Amino acid sequence: MQFLKTLVLILLACLPLTGMTSGQGGLPEDYCHWEVVEYAIVEPLCGLAGDAQRGREIVTDSNRGNCLACHQLPIPGVEAYGTIGPPLEGIAARLSVPMIRLRVVDTRNINPVSIMPGFYRDPRLINRPGEEYRGRTFLTARQVEDVIAYLATLK
Amino acid sequence: MIRLKETRIYSSCRRRPASRALETLDPGLRRDDDEGVNPRFLDKATLLFCVFLLAIPATTALAGEAKSGYEYIKPESRAMQDDDFENPGMLAVEKGQVLFNSKQNGAGRDCAECHGEDGASLDTKNIARYPVYNEDAAEIVTLQKRISRCRDQNTGSKPLPTDHPDLVNLETFVRNRAIGEAVNVQTDGPVAGLLEAGKQLYNTRYGLIDMACYHCHDVYPGQMIRGQKISQGQGNGFPAYRLGTGEITNLHQRIQQCLTLMRAEPFAADSGEIRLMGLYVMSRSNGLRIETPAVRY
Repeated sequence: MQFLKTLVLILLACLPLTGMTSGQGGLPEDYCHWEVVEYAIVEPLCGLAGDAQRGREIVTDSNRGNCLACHQLPIPGVEAYGTIGPPLEGIAARLSVPMIRLRVVDTRNINPVSIMPGFYRDPRLINRPGEEYRGRTFLTARQVEDVIAYLATLK
Repeated sequence: MIRLKETRIYSSCRRRPASRALETLDPGLRRDDDEGVNPRFLDKATLLFCVFLLAIPATTALAGEAKSGYEYIKPESRAMQDDDFENPGMLAVEKGQVLFNSKQNGAGRDCAECHGEDGASLDTKNIARYPVYNEDAAEIVTLQKRISRCRDQNTGSKPLPTDHPDLVNLETFVRNRAIGEAVNVQTDGPVAGLLEAGKQLYNTRYGLIDMACYHCHDVYPGQMIRGQKISQGQGNGFPAYRLGTGEITNLHQRIQQCLTLMRAEPFAADSGEIRLMGLYVMSRSNGLRIETPAVRY
């Protein structure tokens, strides 16, 4: 009985480790690979279909997309927009969805010195991530697709 | 990593000496440089494009006369800084003043015994030179470190860890003695190489947000990030009172907080990196007047 108890305790202690990736160099198991063709990513990440309504929430949420920290967006009631990136009103009239996808996923494939973070950049390329952010992407594949679905409505 | 072949045109741009600083922005890209440049891509249009890309940082550098963070904060924050009774940073100055003039932790002496009551005999021009490089010990010495060592060696009081509130208060008090003095960090001799190393760190991307200091503070000063105007990231106001945290914050702590905001592992206190970065950032402020304690976001 005592042995069993000890075993359970050891297993419980190891539980947090199972969720960890192999440190800074690791890729999360659910990371979906994407391919750039002609300055665009045609296939949706992990084959997911985005939800524009959820995307609209993510772009203004400072803990998730926080797009408005740098970009102006046509969302009423929000005043403190950033002026670092271009305004995104009408973005879908200027860019196709696959072109938008590349810019959200990892815009440095277009401009290597861009200030814009890659929201689904390969985590192995991130320099000195904080402990809780190792092996993680900025947004999940689903969140990225939601944001793209929202941006696609801005015509 | 999937990358288009065409992205090599950027590598060819970035390889020019003028843009060398930018290479550190993306260590992941540097691998591409070894493959060489396909001459096919070096047509006129590409060259023009390269010139255009290089012109962006070049123009900011030309227009880049050093401006204190004071010029970027809101008018009400400026008014707060200018009024000693309103400026919350003065509390740290006063705490530091008390520590300076009194025996701490059962010490035999206080700072005032050597440096005069309220530091009357401190050389303000010398305070403005910090951080300094100590050639004999081959190390960068911050103002706080200088105070801390002087305190340990001469007052007999119990040593305190780096950035202990007492040390930050003392640092704030002593730096405030030199208010109005122009920042005057050494840039030549053995320091030149250290500044180059500091600049490399400044130009490197960190954390999940994956930005370099360079991005915000060299390319986008004056632009808004959410509700705040981006400053040049100058050091002349530090230690400063931060409206964002409600605390007195020295330059190293501010850099660490910025790295944490980038969702990066901050450089440890006393590490070589934080000293190099602090030295480089303060050297960018050469000529700006010391404002300690400034009010900053």
